[in-house]
Amino acid sequence: MKVIGTTSALSALALLAVQSIASAQGTFDRSKPPELGPPPRVSLPPILTRQLPNGLRLMIVEQHELPLADFVLLVGSGGTVDPAGKTGVANLTSSMLREGTTSRKSLDIADQIAFLGINLSPTSSWESSTLSLHTPTAQLDSALALFADVALHPSFPANEFERIRKTRLTELLQLRDQGPAIANIAFPAIIYGSAHPYGLPLIGTEASVKSLTTADLQSYYQTNFRPNNATLIVVGDVSPAQVEQKINALFGNWQRGDVPQLNYNEPPKSGTTTIYLIDKPGAAQSSFRIGSVGVPRSTGDYFALTVMNTILGGSFSSRLNQNLREVRGYTYGAGSRFDMRRAAGPFTASAEIVSAKTDSALLEFMKELNGIRQAVPPSELSRAKRYLQLQLPGNFETTQQIAAALVPVALYGLPLDYFNNYVQNIEGVTQADVARVAQQYINPGSLAIVIVGDRKTIEQGLKAVNIGPIAIRDISGQLIQ
Amino acid sequence: MKKRPLLVALCYLILGILAGPRADAQATPRIQFEKYQLPNGLEVILHEDHSTPIIAVDTWYHVGSGDEQVGRTGFAHLFEHIMFMGSQHVPVGTFDQLLESAGANNNGSTTEDRTNYYEVLPSNALALALWLDADRMGFLLPTMDLAKVDLQRDVVKNERRQRVDNVPYGRADEIILAALYPKTHPYSWPVIGSMSDLSAASLTDVQNFFKTYYAPNNATLTIAGDFDPATVKKLVAQYFGSIPRGPEVKRRLTVPNVTIPRDTFLVLEDKVQLPRVFYTWHSVKGFSKDDAALDILAQIIANDKNSRLYKKLVYDLQIAQNVGAFQDGSRLDGKFQIDITPKPGQKVADIDRIVQTEIANVINTGVAPRELQRAQNLYKASFLNRLASVLGKAEVLNSYNYFIGNPDYVQQDAARYERVTAADVQRVAKTYLGRPKIVLTVVPEGKKDMMLTASGGGR
Repeated sequence: MKVIGTTSALSALALLAVQSIASAQGTFDRSKPPELGPPPRVSLPPILTRQLPNGLRLMIVEQHELPLADFVLLVGSGGTVDPAGKTGVANLTSSMLREGTTSRKSLDIADQIAFLGINLSPTSSWESSTLSLHTPTAQLDSALALFADVALHPSFPANEFERIRKTRLTELLQLRDQGPAIANIAFPAIIYGSAHPYGLPLIGTEASVKSLTTADLQSYYQTNFRPNNATLIVVGDVSPAQVEQKINALFGNWQRGDVPQLNYNEPPKSGTTTIYLIDKPGAAQSSFRIGSVGVPRSTGDYFALTVMNTILGGSFSSRLNQNLREVRGYTYGAGSRFDMRRAAGPFTASAEIVSAKTDSALLEFMKELNGIRQAVPPSELSRAKRYLQLQLPGNFETTQQIAAALVPVALYGLPLDYFNNYVQNIEGVTQADVARVAQQYINPGSLAIVIVGDRKTIEQGLKAVNIGPIAIRDISGQLIQ
Repeated sequence: MKKRPLLVALCYLILGILAGPRADAQATPRIQFEKYQLPNGLEVILHEDHSTPIIAVDTWYHVGSGDEQVGRTGFAHLFEHIMFMGSQHVPVGTFDQLLESAGANNNGSTTEDRTNYYEVLPSNALALALWLDADRMGFLLPTMDLAKVDLQRDVVKNERRQRVDNVPYGRADEIILAALYPKTHPYSWPVIGSMSDLSAASLTDVQNFFKTYYAPNNATLTIAGDFDPATVKKLVAQYFGSIPRGPEVKRRLTVPNVTIPRDTFLVLEDKVQLPRVFYTWHSVKGFSKDDAALDILAQIIANDKNSRLYKKLVYDLQIAQNVGAFQDGSRLDGKFQIDITPKPGQKVADIDRIVQTEIANVINTGVAPRELQRAQNLYKASFLNRLASVLGKAEVLNSYNYFIGNPDYVQQDAARYERVTAADVQRVAKTYLGRPKIVLTVVPEGKKDMMLTASGGGR
């Protein structure tokens, strides 16, 4: 094992401390908010990194508050490498990890998980697959042995796969009951099309799930689950030296492999703003997903976009939620996000809107998507920046939170001092930056407006607001033949 | 949580070198706290934890949907929303803006029994949270108007649509509650309330509810995190001390008797692809004698791949998509529920026969030691997880203080689950699942013949 590096403790909020108003010992006056002292100096925990000879990277953070530990094995491949016509392979491979290994049967694994009182859960996303373990340290050795067995020796038993396949096909059927779930699948299908992996559902389609075999899963697993394509994140009440030893013993013999580079087609050019209406007869609410292809995680505009989106739809007091919920009462909540991935992920503004206000809500959405392109008032800019900066320590409280925070660091190759510099990077965003990224990345003239709702109630109103032509789509977002 | 003392840490190290398991490393730790009361009746609970420079401020008001009047269901929760709309010194819209500017996360929630409001924020911002919470406790009504009520009425109706009306099987719960409990029982309506009752809520209702329940003598303020106790006590006295005590709050101590003379079969048509069957039994209130054994029973019956019903219906026979079970013990009463969704083309009557057999097996032959141990170990681990955050600990302290009358109860609570025996599980299965039950089948529209009936049915 060689030492790659280690970061030191830091005071991420020192910058703010200088800027803040000193604590006032004045008399008690209930009519004004209290003046607050400087924000606490925060030491985000140091990240220790190591690498095994087979290429497996380790990131270790000690946190000794409770006898708990979290392990996340992060594999740098996911749904974007599903072969053509076999969408859902990565997702089903993850689902099958707990369904049998070369030495344990599915029910034995479930028995161990419950007996040890641990969580052991696989997930998969576009460009990553994770296996997460949350365990009391009293059970560390048994839990780690199970974790490593599930990660390294899955056997993909045919009978278990048939059961999981049937369950998945039933889940796909049940999706038809849920307007928000339909919208979540149709929106990316419409903005990316079927030639780009981001346009396909991670959970697969009925046709793809029916066509898959355990050989497809084995092949995906053998190609992508390689130590040189993985990082093991460890957070909790552990001694780094001891945990390294244990990991070396369990993962040291994992064999390297050639993992193909990811190649993406360019997403289609966005057209003029169009309303894509998907009928959900009798729906009490209309599910809105409005947006376009956004940016990759590597964008140089990350911090400006983060601040801009916080103002637009990233917090309770953001413009979308304030207008659509707190002023109009059209919804229980509205928001927006840039989902940043290796390639440009989607920008999405969304809400569940009472059917009768579907047309009015669309006008308000458009008003805010236009409005954010104008200069934002300094007070609003400052509030968004403080919110992002001052929340940071609260995101590093528990072992699970710290492990989750390290995932994007490992996945996107962010610097180990990323969080140390976060406060300063947010502070550097100016009013002009916010306007520039809003104008560059939010184009009200070329949005896909996906609305899943009760067509007979909402179509006339949507025509009347004259935002764009209406195209009727099916529940997968495809043209109706 | 205070750092473990050095001596204990050294012991662990030695055990580690010997490669033995840490003897009681998984034991539920006690939460140190201090509890006191202001002259106006406000209970205050303080817990220091300097591991992260943040503080959770968690206020529990001792009122919930169970305190509502018939015709005004959903009011406690509607009122919770109105508490974020500003007060005399906090203009409308600024409550959340001020907290966000300070880096806070905040929210509130309502159950049958209590309403909570919390902020988690950097430790320098404690005074802001106290100022805001004191203002809405003491000075809500001067700036209250119908516009605030109307706005949140619309938001809450949309919350109901998003959680109930536009969700498959979402209305099952309110049908079951209405069938399980008599009309005068405080748990016979759902926390979210009905649309017509939400429409009926008036400004006068808001004023009366506030005057009745939102007084310092009906609340507990728990503060957990990175603070200096002497400073906090001064701040609490400053912000809350002058809020006048309200009239004595008279709350229901007993509930109407629940009698279900025979099995009751109900059907609800919904926009769903597959039917779902809900079995509901009247059980016991939270923390009462059989509550923990019923929690363990739910695990053994349905909440794990090796559980009785999951293994049989989902794993072996593959005729169900999923199963679930829970014991819901509230302040005054409780229920036990099992729900099952058949796979496409499977008959609920066939599934029902297996459910009855499996329940009879538990009643007649009991449970294996391993089944009991798995369920107990999961509970044991869950107690540790609840203590991982300052908000989690504030909620734990508030919860025990409210339901038990003693914040210092986490170890005793954990012990309740460790004491459960196989005989207990068998006995509570016999006692409670042997009772008549409410059986609701939610069916696809136009498919009422899929419902489960006394004679089987359920095509």
